[in-house]
Amino acid sequence: MGDAIVNVSAWIEGLLLGTGLSEPWVSFIMTVISAFVIAFIPVVIVIFLVWGYRKASARMQGRLGPNSSGTWAGPGGIVQTFADAIKMLTKEDIRPAGVDVIPYNIAPILIFFIALVVWAVIPFGPGTVIGVDLNIGIFYIMAFSSAALFGVLMAGWSSNNKYATVSAFRSVALLISYEIPQLLSVLVVVMVAGSMSMQDIVGAQRSVMYLIALPLPAVIFLIASLAEVNARPFELLEAESELVAGYQTEYSGMKFGMYYLAEFINSVAVGAIFSTLFLGGWQGPFVDAAPILGTVWIFAKITLMTMLWMFIQITLPRLRIDQILNFNWKFLVPLALANLCVISIVNKLINAQASDWTRAGILLLTNIAIALVAWTLVALGGRQKRRQYEAELEVVA
Amino acid sequence: MTQQILFFVFGAIVLGAGVAVVTVRNIFHAALWLLLAFFGVAGLYVLLEAPFFAAVQLFVYMGAIGVLIIFAVMLTQGIMKEKQLPFNEQWWMAGLMAVLLLAVMVYVIRQLPAVTPQALQWDSIDLLGMAFVHPQGFVLPFELASVLLVAALLGAVTIARER
Amino acid sequence: MLEQFTFIGVFLLVTLFISCAMVGLSWVLRPKRPDPRKSEIYECGLEPHGTPWFQFKAQYYIFALVFLVFDVEAVFLFPWAKAYSLIPLYAVIEGVLFILLLAVALIYVWRKGLLEWM
Repeated sequence: MGDAIVNVSAWIEGLLLGTGLSEPWVSFIMTVISAFVIAFIPVVIVIFLVWGYRKASARMQGRLGPNSSGTWAGPGGIVQTFADAIKMLTKEDIRPAGVDVIPYNIAPILIFFIALVVWAVIPFGPGTVIGVDLNIGIFYIMAFSSAALFGVLMAGWSSNNKYATVSAFRSVALLISYEIPQLLSVLVVVMVAGSMSMQDIVGAQRSVMYLIALPLPAVIFLIASLAEVNARPFELLEAESELVAGYQTEYSGMKFGMYYLAEFINSVAVGAIFSTLFLGGWQGPFVDAAPILGTVWIFAKITLMTMLWMFIQITLPRLRIDQILNFNWKFLVPLALANLCVISIVNKLINAQASDWTRAGILLLTNIAIALVAWTLVALGGRQKRRQYEAELEVVA
Repeated sequence: MTQQILFFVFGAIVLGAGVAVVTVRNIFHAALWLLLAFFGVAGLYVLLEAPFFAAVQLFVYMGAIGVLIIFAVMLTQGIMKEKQLPFNEQWWMAGLMAVLLLAVMVYVIRQLPAVTPQALQWDSIDLLGMAFVHPQGFVLPFELASVLLVAALLGAVTIARER
Repeated sequence: MLEQFTFIGVFLLVTLFISCAMVGLSWVLRPKRPDPRKSEIYECGLEPHGTPWFQFKAQYYIFALVFLVFDVEAVFLFPWAKAYSLIPLYAVIEGVLFILLLAVALIYVWRKGLLEWM
């Protein structure tokens, strides 16, 4: 079996050349087609993910979830998302009095735009089955996702609503804080892989995936990314009990729908980026024999990560903002810094001729050692705090 | 040809947004226009085949400096009430400084020898990374950058805390 | 290089088009019946009181400052990490020194109690 995706694109290209168009125009049209295809991948995933998420959360909470959509109940209510999409599109869009009109309208477009933009560099298979293999791949993703917080700020600030403004401020504080451990763990991957290109990072995990060699950066990256997409333990922006619906409070109709979709797209994107950086991307058994299997593998890994995200999001309670920020600045950032320093030196000391598995084993041991030291420090600190507290209690008594 | 057109497009974005920054009455809008100007500069970096710097531009200027500016804007009181034109009696001095800066920059750029583009043998980011830590390269400025960042943080935190 | 960015440019335009098209489609399809009561700002069912554009506390600004420093640090470290396999051990230690200097800044801010949420 050949590479089906490459074959299809070659077939379309031949078809276009057959119509008598000149070479540059054909390549331009191919670019536009592939851009549309890649931009629609997350949108299509999300249509089914919304249904899956609602089903999963219902099951975990002992409910049934969507099972009937008006007159026709699809199998397990699978048409629910389409019904919701039509409802969103045909809802009246209420613009509250006194909003700052232009930022108010741009904000949902900006957030949705940035949610889609990162998909350009995610490799869906070996070779050319990718939007574009930039040599700054992962840096491109980090750069664009750091610009997403302006959508939040614009939405919150322009809404003329106190809840929205407070929520925007809080979630920007959260977003910028958790970007640091995320970056520091990406740095470790770039360092070990020796490249920022997504395809090179996947290629470097040919024999050992980085989840085994670098478990600590993987966990830090996952936690930080979950915070970046506002998954539940870090969910500050909505915090229903205190901030109504956060910065989305004053949005209705499709504009609200776009925030909703963007949140899901971002969560899937986290799964895709994590699979590429730490789970070996499209690498898997039999990929060399049938390249199309690579696409199956990456989607299987994305599905796995998305299910993990759902599980965390649905089962964990929300933390307070001071707890969230403390956890970041006093635990994750120092840990990521220490990890980066130690791994950079240890990895340099390993013999360059060492096999991939030896290297991975040494890095794994280093990671475990760092984790143990961090654990001991936290445990000691906690014990000290507790003693202090107990002593204070005795004084009061 | 396309490159020239794109250069003018990005240049127009940068200049237009820059003019909007200083003339718009709402200071929050001014900050947003500034972000658009930053984005246009990133486009110019891409045209110069320096994608790393384009990403750095997005990353540092939009992602970090932009947030700082917007937070600073929101720390000022009553910003949405005042709608007067952002000019005070010192506007001519600022204009003079801008013209002077432009003159100096034009002079310096004209002094530079003409550069003929040539293909690099190495990846440019690798070259940059090696130059950062090479003893004959920029190792001192590299470490000093760290000291500078620390000093800037300490200074800024001290000032911000007194408020 | 520029061919790659042609794709990025096209992709940016396409995604922008999709985002705008979704808002545009709903703008065409939606009913438009404005009413002053509908357009009131939500505030727990009460009449909105005062403006939301009040002065925020400086704490957010301090977090943004600390973030800015670490962000710039990461930008400096990316080329270093990229060239990691090409540089000798002492050069790696120079990078570690760079990180440790910034860790000092973090420790300072921490000890001063500025990371506490007030």
